[in-house]
Amino acid sequence: MKNRNIKFFIISLLVIFIFTTLAIGLKKESTYTTENINIENIENFRSKELFSNELIEFTSLFDQNEKFIILNIWASWCLPCRSEHEFLMKLSQNSDIKIVGLNYKDNQENAKEFLKELGNPFEKILIDRKGLIAIEIGAYGIPETYLIDNYDKKIIKKYIGPIDKIKMEKIISILKL
Amino acid sequence: MKTTLKLITIFIIIVNSQNILHANDQNERLDKLTKNLRCLICQGQSVYDSQSDFALSVRDLIIKKIDDGDNDQEIYSYLKTKYGDWIMYEPQLGKNTILLWILPLILFIFGGLLIFRKAIIKLDKK
Repeated sequence: MKNRNIKFFIISLLVIFIFTTLAIGLKKESTYTTENINIENIENFRSKELFSNELIEFTSLFDQNEKFIILNIWASWCLPCRSEHEFLMKLSQNSDIKIVGLNYKDNQENAKEFLKELGNPFEKILIDRKGLIAIEIGAYGIPETYLIDNYDKKIIKKYIGPIDKIKMEKIISILKL
Repeated sequence: MKTTLKLITIFIIIVNSQNILHANDQNERLDKLTKNLRCLICQGQSVYDSQSDFALSVRDLIIKKIDDGDNDQEIYSYLKTKYGDWIMYEPQLGKNTILLWILPLILFIFGGLLIFRKAIIKLDKK
């Protein structure tokens, strides 16, 4: 009888343990975000700047004095990029905001044409011909926008999909402008 | 003259066959790696199956990493630092996945013990 009780106890304990662990696991937030990736630890790809054609390093995009820098991944063939462009233009009008671009798998001429038509909000644009730099910063697709703390070299916010009015206002409120 | 030509032909065939073999090895490795990677923006597709820009970039990246001499583990852990464990189809043994790997083993041992005990009781009765 005593033996039976011990067995029952062990089995119950095991079952409780398994169920609690699984229940905790279910509730645990496991969505992975690339916020908190350190920009300095990123493999420093070299690529051409869209307009100057000069070979520059990825991190040189952030060689600026500003505390916050916005990195936007875009392409001329991407329709949502077209819709978000006006908001990037509005953001760039604020002298405290610096926006740099990563031109993703695009044709250079088309990219230049796109900016000629809609305006150029970017300080510098790095060409990502094969999409490898985008992977380096954990991008899924385009458009994607990263808010980077340039002093701590950290991605503090990532917006997947086009920037709209709400996201633009959020960015402005984060930057406390 | 003829012998020289023959020798040159044989040399070219040997060099090319080695290249082809090497390319085949690389393709097999690429297929194996991409089959175990989830295309994060597709539904139910691996990087191997998908033709999305994301999957194509991941494939290009793996080719680059293979050329750089990285081993499979290095490539997987690189992608995990960028996209988290979710990118792998086969979860690796770790703090968060220990139960996942150990639970079947516990159940197997436990079930085995039960069957073993029953068999012994049956034998005893006989």
